[in-house]
Order: sequence, then C-alpha cells, then structure tokens
Amino acid sequence: MAARYDRAITVFSPDGHLFQVEYAQETVKKGSTAVGIRGKDIVVLGVEKKSVAKLQEERTVRKICALDEHVCMAFAGLTADARIVINRARVECQSHRLTVEDPVTMEYITRYIATLKQRYTQSNGRRPFGISALIVGSDDDGTPRLHQTDPSGTYHAWKANAIGRSAKTVREFLEKNYTDEAIAGDNETIKLAIKALLEVVQSGGKNIELAVIRRNQPLRILESKEIETLVAEIEKEKGEEAEKKKQKKPT
Amino acid sequence: MALFQVSGFTSYLELRGQILPAGQTQLVDRTNHYNFGTKTQEFAVPLGVDPSGFLKSCNRDGGVCIDLNHGTTTLAFKFKYGVIVAVDSRASAGRYLASNDVNKVIEINPYLLGTMSGSAADCQYWERLLAKECRLYRLRNNQRISVAAASKLLCNMMLGYRGMGLSMGSMICGWDKEGPGLYYVDDEGKRLSGRMFSTGCGSSYAYGVVDSGYRDDMTVEEAYELGRRGIAHATHRDAYSGGVVNMYHMQEDGWIKVCKEDVSELIHRYRKGMF
Repeated sequence: MAARYDRAITVFSPDGHLFQVEYAQETVKKGSTAVGIRGKDIVVLGVEKKSVAKLQEERTVRKICALDEHVCMAFAGLTADARIVINRARVECQSHRLTVEDPVTMEYITRYIATLKQRYTQSNGRRPFGISALIVGSDDDGTPRLHQTDPSGTYHAWKANAIGRSAKTVREFLEKNYTDEAIAGDNETIKLAIKALLEVVQSGGKNIELAVIRRNQPLRILESKEIETLVAEIEKEKGEEAEKKKQKKPT
Repeated sequence: MALFQVSGFTSYLELRGQILPAGQTQLVDRTNHYNFGTKTQEFAVPLGVDPSGFLKSCNRDGGVCIDLNHGTTTLAFKFKYGVIVAVDSRASAGRYLASNDVNKVIEINPYLLGTMSGSAADCQYWERLLAKECRLYRLRNNQRISVAAASKLLCNMMLGYRGMGLSMGSMICGWDKEGPGLYYVDDEGKRLSGRMFSTGCGSSYAYGVVDSGYRDDMTVEEAYELGRRGIAHATHRDAYSGGVVNMYHMQEDGWIKVCKEDVSELIHRYRKGMF
C-alpha cells in the first residue's frame, strides 16, 4: 500500500500518513545522538562526536552550531540539510535584531525553523529536511529553554530530550534520572548530560562534545580537558556507589 | 527542473516576473510573519506609473508648484512620570476648514499611542495598518510589541514607498519593558528616539513654549499645563491648527486621556499675561 503513496510529499495515504515525512524521521534515527537538558539556571547540549578518519581535520566537524550569542542548536540527521536550516536561522536572528531591536526569543526562532520545515512538506518538487534539531538558549529574562523540532515541522518545549540513534535509550535514562536534585546546580546538570551520553557512546569522553548556556551569559563550548575531568569524576562517583552497595549486602 | 529548462518551458511565475517589475509579482497572501511585510508591499504600484518622477515634475524647480502642507500641531515629551502627548484637532484642505474636531491620536493598544500630522489619509491608513501589525505581533509572540519595534515597523512601511508622495509625521509613544518610549517617524523614513518632539506647521511655536517651560522634575499637573500651553499658543498663531487640545498621559500601566479643551477658552485664560 505504502508504495503508491510515498513518492510525492504532497500526497496523503489512505490512512492519513505523509510517508515522505515519516521516511525523513527514519533518517533522523540514523544520525548521531544529541541530548539537551534544561536546569534551573543553565541549559546543556551534548552530542556524540562521530569518529573522524585519520586524515580528516577534526576541528572542521562541528555538530553544535551557534545561531546567535544566546542561542545554539544541535541536530541529528543529514548534515547538508542542517547547514541550510542553520544558515536561514542565523539570518533570521539578525533580521529580528534589525527590525525589532531585540534578540530573538527561543520560542520565536524555534517557530521559524519549524515553519521553514513545514513549508517543505507542502511544496511540489521538494523533499522535507531530514533533520531534527535541539534548540537551546536563554530568553531576555534569563530563563533557560530547550526546544525540539522534527522533519514534519512540529515543535515542543522540553525539560530534557534526546534525538538521533539510541534516542529512546537516552530518553528512558533521563526519565528515570531527571530529578530536582539532579539539576540542583550547574555542575550537576552538566554531569547528568554526560551520564546520559555515556549510556550510548562508546569509548567515553573523547567522543562527547558539550555546550552550555548559563543565565545571562553567552554560549560556551567545553574543552575536551574539562569533559575528561568531569567524566573522571562521574567514574569515581560510580565506583563509590558500587562500593556502598557491596558493603550494604548482608554478610 | 532540468527538463523544464531543456524544453524551453517557462513557468507562469517567471513570465509574470518578466512583465511586472521585480518584487511586485506576489500579490497572494504569503506569510509575512518574519519580515513584517517589508518584502511584499501593501500596494503593488501599477505598471507604467512612476510616482517619484511625477512628483519631481511638480515641485518648484519643475515649474508647477504643489505644496504639501502639514497643517497641524502635535507635541509629545517625556518627563519623570511618563510621556505627555498633546495634539490639536483641525483638518484643513488648502484654505478650507474641513473639520475642527478630528482625533489625531490613534490608540493602538492600552500601552501604545500614535499621533498624526501631514496628510490625514496617509496617517490614518498607515497607522491603522501599524495597529493591525501590533495586534498580530501580540497574538503570535504572546507579548506586547516594544515601542522601538512598533516605530521600526512604521518606518519600514514608509521606506517602501519613499519618494512616492506619502506625507506623514508621527510620534509613536508607549511604555514597554525598557520604560517610557518616544519615537518620531516620518514619510522620508526618518526614525528618531528622543525626549521631546513636535510636528506640523505649528511646531515651531509649540517648541518655543515647551522648551522654555520644560523641567525634568515637573509635577504631573505642571506637565499637563505645559502641554496645554504648547498647543494653545501654537493654534493661536498658526492658521492651520486649532479646535481642541486632546491630551494623553502615558503611564506605566497604560495611557489615560487627560483632557479635551477648546483652545479659544484656553487662550482667554492665558490672556491676562499676554496683552
């Protein structure tokens, strides 16, 4: 049945699906994992770095992109599509600053990206963007926010979410571990993001890229040394927990 | 599409684009959310018409003389307790007095006011359009538009038709997150933020009065009196201003209409010191 209704994006199937959009969502599921967590005064974005080839320059592979000083996004899916979306979003951020004399709010730029994606699901001769995006930043009043868009053009605000390969595993981990204590402080929130990524990333801290936006501060991408330190701390805490459990066992 | 190019087929939109000037082909309703309508103009200028060329031939150098007068006095100033907006109410068509009771202040929303001077039609239309855009902004973004953004919207609308004979001098006053705001916008696309503005052909008289009586720490009653005097004296000397003084006070929780007083009665009151 699907075979006849999945060629053109503008054709609905009899049971109400837009197959091209669903296939685009499949592409997203193949991309590398990205996780976003919103704390009280900070929002953290973490991505799984794909291993680079031996001869490839590492610094040209960037998965977390700044849209403005106070907004950044990570994506899962087709890198080339993401480049187009990011470029349009960057222009829109500046256009908004020019016309309204104020930086964009998170909701505004997310709505813009989502509308852009939706337009491509309702045009002839074009295919949808094959990316899901996690957009993080802080608004004018400093409140940190996390939004997610998907290829169909819908967007939602989240407390914590993951996209890409193994997103389900990470989301389940977050549902269990996203508590008020876990996000009590900035450092704790960052550690939670790293813990979530370590669930699915092989070979630890070397393959993690992290960005944080604190209340009223510009975007900061953590250096690999900081990540290594935090990963070491997490390992130590895990070890201590395991020790405690062993001692609790009755003799 | 490759096949289209090879076969020489030109799509309908391209053909239209070759006939009509660039930018005017889109007369359909496109979502202008994100550029506030600056890409597609409200009116497509008809083919073959060149408004700026026509107007150039009508000014003094061209021999013919069509003077577009701005018959009005409006003034607005910021002080410690907000913004005072005072306007006259006369509408003239050349030497004919069309009306002595025109409302030259448009109440965009409880936190934004716009004054009108220049061509009455231009002012009313474009400021009502601005009010529509402000309302749409509020619906889309769940927060009221800032005074800076509202004045910029109006300014961009004017710039789209620059040189084509629009005549409008307006002050956008409001109170937003940044505090009291006052912007002057005119048909040339000028947009200035300031503490005090006066527009119209009676503005020089109003400037004289308000400049000499202005103090930043005025009480509210003193500010009301200053606004009244500014308009009253301007209407006394300027033939194209008159009627009543409509005065508004922009406060933190919105504007209030202070008074609507006949200028002739005001002048009688001030008479004692005058002659």
